[in-house]
Amino acid sequence: MARLIRTEKEVEGRFEELWLVVEEDPLQQWPAGPQSVVGRPAVRQDAPERARGEARYTADIQLPGMLHTAVLRSPHAHARVKRIDLAPALALPGVRGALGPGEAQGLDEEAGFAGAPVAAVAADTFAQARAALAAIDVEWEQLEVVLDPDDAIARKQFTSDPVEYARGGFEQALAEADVVVEGTYRTAVVLHNSMETHQAVCDWVGDTLNVYISTQYIWGVRDAVAEALGIPGDKVRVVCEFMGGGFGAKNDPGEYTFIAAELAKRTRRPVHCALTRREENTAAGNRNATIQKLTVGARSDGTIVALGGEFTNAVGWSGWSAGTDGPMQMLYACDNVRTIRYGAKINTPPMKAFRAPGFVEGTFGLECLIDELAAKLDMDPLELRRKNYASANDGKPYSSKNLMQCYELAQKHWDRRDEVRARSDDTWKHGVGMASQIWYGGGGPPSYAWTRVTSDGRVSVITAMQDIGTGTRTAMAQIAAEELGVPLDRVEVVLGDSARGPYATLSAGSSTTPSVGPAVRAAAADVKRQIIEIAAQRHDLEERVIDIKDGMVVSADGNLSQPLEELVGLLEDAQILGKGARGPNPTGMSVLTFGVQVVEVAVDVETGEVRVERVAAAHDVGRIINPLGARSQVEGGIIQGIGHTLSEQRLMDMETGRILTTSLDAYRMPTIADVPEIVCEFVDEPDEHLTSLGSKGLGEPPIIPISAAIANAIRDATGADVHELPITREEMLRALREADEKARERQRESIGAR
Amino acid sequence: MSDVLLTVNGQSYSAYAPVGMSLAQLLREELGFTGTKIACNEGHCGACTVQIDGVPVLSCITLAHNVTGEITTIEGLRDHPLIEAFVEADAVQCGFCTPGQVVSAAALVAATPDPTVDQIRHQMAGNICRCGTYPRIEEAIQKWRG
Repeated sequence: MARLIRTEKEVEGRFEELWLVVEEDPLQQWPAGPQSVVGRPAVRQDAPERARGEARYTADIQLPGMLHTAVLRSPHAHARVKRIDLAPALALPGVRGALGPGEAQGLDEEAGFAGAPVAAVAADTFAQARAALAAIDVEWEQLEVVLDPDDAIARKQFTSDPVEYARGGFEQALAEADVVVEGTYRTAVVLHNSMETHQAVCDWVGDTLNVYISTQYIWGVRDAVAEALGIPGDKVRVVCEFMGGGFGAKNDPGEYTFIAAELAKRTRRPVHCALTRREENTAAGNRNATIQKLTVGARSDGTIVALGGEFTNAVGWSGWSAGTDGPMQMLYACDNVRTIRYGAKINTPPMKAFRAPGFVEGTFGLECLIDELAAKLDMDPLELRRKNYASANDGKPYSSKNLMQCYELAQKHWDRRDEVRARSDDTWKHGVGMASQIWYGGGGPPSYAWTRVTSDGRVSVITAMQDIGTGTRTAMAQIAAEELGVPLDRVEVVLGDSARGPYATLSAGSSTTPSVGPAVRAAAADVKRQIIEIAAQRHDLEERVIDIKDGMVVSADGNLSQPLEELVGLLEDAQILGKGARGPNPTGMSVLTFGVQVVEVAVDVETGEVRVERVAAAHDVGRIINPLGARSQVEGGIIQGIGHTLSEQRLMDMETGRILTTSLDAYRMPTIADVPEIVCEFVDEPDEHLTSLGSKGLGEPPIIPISAAIANAIRDATGADVHELPITREEMLRALREADEKARERQRESIGAR
Repeated sequence: MSDVLLTVNGQSYSAYAPVGMSLAQLLREELGFTGTKIACNEGHCGACTVQIDGVPVLSCITLAHNVTGEITTIEGLRDHPLIEAFVEADAVQCGFCTPGQVVSAAALVAATPDPTVDQIRHQMAGNICRCGTYPRIEEAIQKWRG
């Protein structure tokens, strides 16, 4: 019977309540460790077509008569379009349509940042469209520009109200602490820079709009486009089978989709609207800069008694103020915590979620602060972390937490400290640092899957989810194969089409596997139950003695052993259909992911060059479905995080608000030559309380601790406290000079004392 | 003069290309070789890599009219053992950069069948992968002969 319940849903630290219908009986958790298919390495099912260049991305779509779009963007950080004349552009050869402010969602009269879209032109070729932009006659009224987040906060110019949090009595606890450490930490704006830029192709067929789009959320695009156009959701079909990376920047449709849809409507032609790389680096979203003023107080035995922080998110013209304060509230046991978080609205390009938004930045500050505390207490940083281990989250028990096991896995890497430091010479100093991680990633309802078994014994899993490159397609196939008892190569996954599958969650917040996975398992269980019912009747056996194993329908006594395709082959063209839904998350529990990373660095104290030489990661994300794909997620997160830490920085002209790093030679992402040795381990314990799958998500956790671990390794190597990301040579040399001065001061003091 | 004659993957093609058209655009839009990706369109990322006479070239900053040699795109390398090596090593995440990676790697192993790690890193440093599959790419190239 369908049960209607009220439950809670979390995405990237933001919670909402929703109604949910629960249909299935809960399935029993599989035992821990590798099963027949789940928990064993599986190569990605779609890797061959991607590697061979056969996979069709949005960028590859060429429809008959398709037009190409160029977007006019504001040259000013804050301005209003006083007057605009599109007619000269429309008169040019090849131009088929143009839109001005207010004619598509995202094209606004008020431009809040340099690069804000205000008009668009569709033409036979992209070159024609781009040339036509120059013919648009615009008169701008320049408005007051605020670029400094502190300035915005002083004016109370917020993207949302400041968020205050307190437990216990911070002030008093701090006053009573034996040791206090304070620090201000800054992180820079970094850019997603997915290899495929943001883009969509819109094509009207009758009254239905087909949207081909590079997206992390096909269902969300469907709903947002339908709402913007005022048409029913089922009149928008969204297709994204392959997409070239998102990292959080492609959770919603964006102006390019609305522009393409409107121009397609007006021109009655398919319209492609794609950002160029330079637009991507300007207007496609970013991880905003932060300023974190942090304080920790501890007793001399290392017990943390007070944590306080003032966090400023320099959000930009739009976006949201992500949970930079989260790690401080959640990572350690501390009775007295006080935080305030501001989201500054400034005339800079929009913030968009970027792989663990807020927690990447907040963990850098907090985990550096904790290591500085360890240094002041002359205590082993790992010991300090163990000592302040949290056993509940704000009074709520964890659905599962194995951070202590992560610390145990990390111990052997941590024990290399003496050996690593001994490699130091006059120029190159070597050291080891660590940082821990806490984050969400439990997913939640709703998400649905269907299964279909055809008379040749092959299995399709059908769900309107997307695989943004994380390997979720293969994980879903593994889950269905495991539940149904068939070899993995019999299962295919049909995804990426809102018209050809049931709703599935967005691929953000490390939620695809923990959200859709249990639905896939339930759908496979449904179809398996039906097959067993058929087998029981065909062979005159009781259902309870029949099972499906490795593609064979078998009885407990061994008398029946029939290939699945033979049993279902009886039915000729009939198909057996199953369905499954994601159930609710456990009530009253905190669902979180954990991990620790140990980093070895070398620092050239003469030039300030920092090299990351080795990273050892131990993460706890519940059951691992595909160890091969899981390792790739960890490596990828760490490498992206090394970029954030050492080389990536979006630079802006502080006079005009124009972005200076718009090309990939200016915005420096890691290459293969920058990659250290990476060792990757998992606790791999199913979360018994979360779902029948016991898996949490892994897309985000690995990027969270890396920056702090690198900074802490630098301190271990050199004694210097780096407080800013990226750790450029300039910042490194500044920190080294500061450390030198402090050392000299201490020396003078000790001479004076004598 | 706007017609170009090209040899792509061993076959000859004649196509109309306005002066100034890049090889990448010609391959993708006129000849349908969409395995060659354009990610930055200014020669910084390597996604558009093709070979001309076996040498890796950035097709997005190569003028179609300037090409004289024989072009090999990912479509001409679909049976190369590197494909299987990339798949087995899990060197493919979103996959948008992967064809360019394979084309670069194929040029490397043709010239140096047993490349050292340093040689791999030198040759492949021009191919950006934002997903960070680099350790897997390194493994795939080391194991390309099975």
